[in-house]
Amino acid sequence: MDFFGIPAPLLFGQLLLGLINGAFYALLSLGLAVIFGMLNVINFTHGAQFMMGAFAAWMLLNYFGIGYWGALILAPIIVGITGIILERLMIAKLYKLDHLYGLLLTFGLGLIIEGLFRNEFGSSGMPYRIPAELQGAWDLGFMFMPIYRGWVVLVAFFACLATWLVIEKTKIGSYLRAATENPALVQAFGINVPRMMTLTYGAGVALAAFAGVLAAPIYSVNPQMGSNLIIIVFAVVVIGGMGSILGSVLTGFGLGVIEGLTKVFYPEASSTVIFVVMAIVLLARPAGLFGRA
Amino acid sequence: MHRRNLLGGTAAVAAAPFHARAQAPTIRIGVLTDMSGPYRDPTGPGSAICAEQAVTEFTGRGLNVEVLRADHQNRPDVGANIARQWYDQGVDVVLDVPTSSVALAVAGIAREKNKVFLNSGGASSDLTGAACSPNTVHWTYDTYMLARSTGGTLARRGGDSWYFITADYTFGHALQRDVSRFVEDAGGRVLGAARYPFPNTTDFSSFLIQAQASRAKVLGLANAGTDTANCIKQAREFGLTRNMKIAGLLLSMMEVHSLGLDVAQGLLLTETFYWNTNDRTRAFTARVRPRLPNGWPPAQVQAGCYSATLHYLKAVADLGAAAARADGAATVARMKAMPTDDDAFGPGLIRPDGRKIHPAYLWEVKPPAQSRGAWDYYNLAATTPAEDAFRPLAEGGCPLVTRS
Repeated sequence: MDFFGIPAPLLFGQLLLGLINGAFYALLSLGLAVIFGMLNVINFTHGAQFMMGAFAAWMLLNYFGIGYWGALILAPIIVGITGIILERLMIAKLYKLDHLYGLLLTFGLGLIIEGLFRNEFGSSGMPYRIPAELQGAWDLGFMFMPIYRGWVVLVAFFACLATWLVIEKTKIGSYLRAATENPALVQAFGINVPRMMTLTYGAGVALAAFAGVLAAPIYSVNPQMGSNLIIIVFAVVVIGGMGSILGSVLTGFGLGVIEGLTKVFYPEASSTVIFVVMAIVLLARPAGLFGRA
Repeated sequence: MHRRNLLGGTAAVAAAPFHARAQAPTIRIGVLTDMSGPYRDPTGPGSAICAEQAVTEFTGRGLNVEVLRADHQNRPDVGANIARQWYDQGVDVVLDVPTSSVALAVAGIAREKNKVFLNSGGASSDLTGAACSPNTVHWTYDTYMLARSTGGTLARRGGDSWYFITADYTFGHALQRDVSRFVEDAGGRVLGAARYPFPNTTDFSSFLIQAQASRAKVLGLANAGTDTANCIKQAREFGLTRNMKIAGLLLSMMEVHSLGLDVAQGLLLTETFYWNTNDRTRAFTARVRPRLPNGWPPAQVQAGCYSATLHYLKAVADLGAAAARADGAATVARMKAMPTDDDAFGPGLIRPDGRKIHPAYLWEVKPPAQSRGAWDYYNLAATTPAEDAFRPLAEGGCPLVTRS
């Protein structure tokens, strides 16, 4: 069976791979959406924080002998703490100003962090192995599916679900949503809004670092690994609707699939297709697919 | 994105002291390279440091030499702007220039302004073919040589069907074209190719599955730097190595280092310089290594920058600094007239088309158990003698050759 001259098994394989890449997009854009939704800051440091997560995993292994499973928990905490420090010292000062200032600050910080890592570790990257428990692959008949990739999709899906539940279904989440709408009023009820914002930023950064640890065994752990992804992830957030949690997750997976299909039919355009979609969506629905105008 | 390096580069030019004119003229060498992207480790700051090493070893013969550096971000427009500005502001040589699209742009400007372009990092064999110039010397490697050594060897060893994953720009196209020729000459077939956007592609799984579906025996990686490392890592992950051989067509020691020997072992690759080849390369490495980033040994492109700078300075000393500064083509002609010799590449020569000639070494990556220490990565698999390593002079289609 063929679709447009592409054998069906190959097409199924590509759809699956698209979903896997989509998992990374979803996880990263989720963190961005959380931060933008609550703090109104467009966090351009996100790519660098994704990279820091991968490097944290590498450092934990090489300096402290802590393997993948420990890193999966520790790296997001460590990088999340650096995010909290960053928020307290710099980003918090810009909440009252236009979006543009936060964007410029985080963009600059991203470049600086990337540059520091490049000076220390070079550009070609560090080896990081897939944990022994997840090595190997399943033969699905139509393709050879590495177990680790399956694990990434699963974990990313549950991380997205958990984040959504926390924000939409818990008391903390309701405070957060209320603080976004009217911080003064929420503060009047005795809730420490600035601290909540700090922790939200920390959590968003931790999500990026978590994605970084997941990515470390697949991609080479190098300083520019985040900047390669971040532009695409921003497009995902814009298409999904700035600040929309559900939107960024669904769009992340969806665009992963669209990109995967492009890689089969016209690979040269695979880095462009997402921006074509973005342009069309912005023309038709300026607030994004799931955004509120 | 990385404007600071661009600004740094131009600031250095602007601040360059011109008062030295009264005494001996100052020779200015501008190292234009990838300081921040995927090719930084095998080129980058190391290229500039190796050029400075050549200057250090050469001084004391009455030449004032200054080495500048700038980041071209792998973008032809940025690279061309810096080169033009440098040449206009008194820089005599642009050196290194990885990323063939940038290198080809710089070659055109050097010719227009009658300056010198010493290319070490750019790989397209067009630099000494259709796009050859009396102002360009192509030093370390080129796509034809890599294709012949790695691609030709694998094709002769039974790799008769190929699928390429190709970086979608001049270099990737040239490398795929040159390898395809050797595959077809050996009776093999090219079953297909996936061209991916460069830079900014990190996930190659989709292309790897397509390669697997083609049932080709060899996966040809017509790319370089972190892209190649990612391809190899992911090819192992998707089990391609069970029934396909991987040909990293421009794979360097830095990528082997980043992959780790357990992943990279058994790969065949071609380099014209490897620090642990012989006593002379080890001596050169011992001299320059303390100055290199992270104390890593020099990579082939960086060694090429050393070797090219040294030979250029010899030609300048021979010609006289004032005459050399006035006429780039005459300087390159003098470089071609003199035999080359240095610790990194041994004796060699530069052909009329601007191609530097030296042997090509095919290396096999050691298994971890055989490695006797840090950076001990290769076993020598084959040597192509200097006279056979590069494309025959008559076949390149370089106008300079037919004229002479």
